[in-house]
Amino acid sequence: MSRRIDAQGLYYKELNQLVRQAFSEGVTEVVLDNVNGQRYLGDGISSDGSIIIHGTPGNDMAAYMNGLQIVVRGNAQDATGNTMNEGTIVVHGDAGDTVGYAMRGGEIFIKGSVGYRVGIHMKEYLKKNPVIVVGGKAGAFFGEYMAGGILILLGLSGREGYPIVGDYCGTGMHGGVMYIRGQVEEYKLGKEVKIVDMTAEDESVLERYVSRYADYFGCDKEAILAQPFSKLIPFNKRPYGNLYTGV
Amino acid sequence: MNIDFRTPEYTIHRAGERCTNCRICVRQCANEAHLWDEKQKKVLADDIKCVNCHRCVLTCPTRALSISSYPLEFKPNAHWTPHYITSIFKQASSGAMLLAGMGTDKPYPVYWDHLLINASQVTNPSIDPLREPMELKTFLGRKPDSLKIENGELAEKLPPQLELETPIMFAAMSFGAISLNAMTSLAIAAEKMGTFYNTGEGGLHSSLYKYGKNTIVQVASGRFGVHTDYLWAGSAIEIKIGQGAKPGIGGHLPGEKVGLDVSLTRMIPEGSDAISPAPHHDIYSIEDLRQLIYSLKEATDYSKPVAVKIAAVHNIAAIASGAARAGADIIVIDGFRGGTGAAPLRTRDNVGIPIELALAAVDSRLRSESIRHQVSLVVAGSIRCSSDVIKAIALGADACYIGSAALMALGCHMCQKCYTGKCNWGIATQNPSLTKRLDPVVGAERAANLLKAWSHEIKEMLGGMGINALESLRGNRLMLRGIGLTEKELSILGVKHAGE
Repeated sequence: MSRRIDAQGLYYKELNQLVRQAFSEGVTEVVLDNVNGQRYLGDGISSDGSIIIHGTPGNDMAAYMNGLQIVVRGNAQDATGNTMNEGTIVVHGDAGDTVGYAMRGGEIFIKGSVGYRVGIHMKEYLKKNPVIVVGGKAGAFFGEYMAGGILILLGLSGREGYPIVGDYCGTGMHGGVMYIRGQVEEYKLGKEVKIVDMTAEDESVLERYVSRYADYFGCDKEAILAQPFSKLIPFNKRPYGNLYTGV
Repeated sequence: MNIDFRTPEYTIHRAGERCTNCRICVRQCANEAHLWDEKQKKVLADDIKCVNCHRCVLTCPTRALSISSYPLEFKPNAHWTPHYITSIFKQASSGAMLLAGMGTDKPYPVYWDHLLINASQVTNPSIDPLREPMELKTFLGRKPDSLKIENGELAEKLPPQLELETPIMFAAMSFGAISLNAMTSLAIAAEKMGTFYNTGEGGLHSSLYKYGKNTIVQVASGRFGVHTDYLWAGSAIEIKIGQGAKPGIGGHLPGEKVGLDVSLTRMIPEGSDAISPAPHHDIYSIEDLRQLIYSLKEATDYSKPVAVKIAAVHNIAAIASGAARAGADIIVIDGFRGGTGAAPLRTRDNVGIPIELALAAVDSRLRSESIRHQVSLVVAGSIRCSSDVIKAIALGADACYIGSAALMALGCHMCQKCYTGKCNWGIATQNPSLTKRLDPVVGAERAANLLKAWSHEIKEMLGGMGINALESLRGNRLMLRGIGLTEKELSILGVKHAGE
């Protein structure tokens, strides 16, 4: 069952109320038209339904989300997928800062570029292994404090003349893995990360998520995978283990 | 010869004629300060390992044990006290930051001890709480600007409120920092006494969901264990921005303490360091704080009050005003004496301000801006007894959190070694052989007893003031007088000097 809601002129509180109501009434697909900056879409919703958003959703979209599939036909703003537990987000555009903050499960695919601190403090837990795939470029502090999960950065688009990733990439990282297409200069890395060789297993993980990306956004998977990737992992899981002594 | 500069802090005395070499002390001491010497067939002590937690003293069946300060003095020096000398020794050998447990033990002024409570004489006679009704009930949450009443009923729904039978709650202490048995003790006690305990930032153990209506769940920068069931599980959600013991910094729960149960509750892999970043990386402004507050309200359909916990720091009044305007329903202010499982020593001992001054400043500021009713104020970080609670409420608090005092009720002896994970009282440890020493049923009884005793004392003092409802004491600073305070201190506290 599908329901269409015109978000034009609706305050976020009313709009989210309508969305929650739709799912509680058994609707499986909610289509939102004319979304224009309304925050908190999909927050805290436990459902296996979907939301299709036409327009630009506001900050904290899909925070604490638990299972929905959200497709954004436009750009997303800051803190998309904040502390997300499960579900899929597909953004047919760019996204802002702190995408996937403390995300513990689910997948986020961004067609274009993202801002600062994307994937910050992502975690993994039991069988949950969160994934963010960014098609364009990323700002500074990509994967900061990362404690688990997979970050994939493709650099297919983005602002010309800018590097694929900003400074302090992976600073404080103590878990998880990043795959960045092409080379990353050493000086861009946080002091807790190192570049290591790709294994066959890495190649198959990459292939899996790059094909998904290619399917969502209609591009050539082989062409993306033709360029080698840099694999980044933390030096160890206890970056701050020897920092303190008891009194 | 390589000399280790460490010397013992304490010395263990074993009365030879009383000691039966039963070796209970050897088994009880997780620090291994007591050892069995097979050759001599007797129990010996290694003073350097003793933390003075009294576990051995209290479990010794013949009362053979006592502990005192190690009889070693440096040449007296008012500036270079033993603390600074030994700290330098430790840091010179380790290159590490000094780590400490519990709140600061430095002799800063304790303003509670410079405030005196009023009592009625002749006029406005005092009330006997044993025979007359006395109201301690407290509601925490945003109050409306005005009440609309139609046909004797409220015409508009009130914002969600927490209902407390006594104005004392158990402060945020995470599973990881303290044991499950300690948390369970506080949860049961909160349920029994009609108040609340707080999960801290380590998630909610599956066995504690049943105490949900007496639970405040916390959301901190690490977002450990934060998911929809968790947010719905409690009666309120607390955003932790800061902690009195370590304002401005985050926390690290070392991987050794992240066993299976802690990992399941925090929702992270076993053995992984649980790192809480210093800031919430989605909060850089009051507007961003509002965003987090409202994301939590949206995720719980506006059914629960959202609290914001901040450490008492220099500009606390302006910060609290911002938090109120950001939409917080409750503001928790944690003073610089607040406890902790682990904090860098220099931060713990030097950062932040006393809760008494912070509370008075915040209450005055919110009143002057006419927004005091929009938030409830909860204070924490040094509440030691019922008269501290009374004084806090007269200075403007709606309720208090107790953390250190609650743990002492469970057996904590304030040895300040929480960060070692070797708590002999089964509180600040995840070692199963130690945690089993704390029976949650007994712990709950003791924690509830403490609240019961304090509540009686509060009623007694309220009655003495001729007040029969705690509400009439809130922000009633005329019920306080200062003693031994400067004009400036009196003006910040908003109280007159004794004799005035």
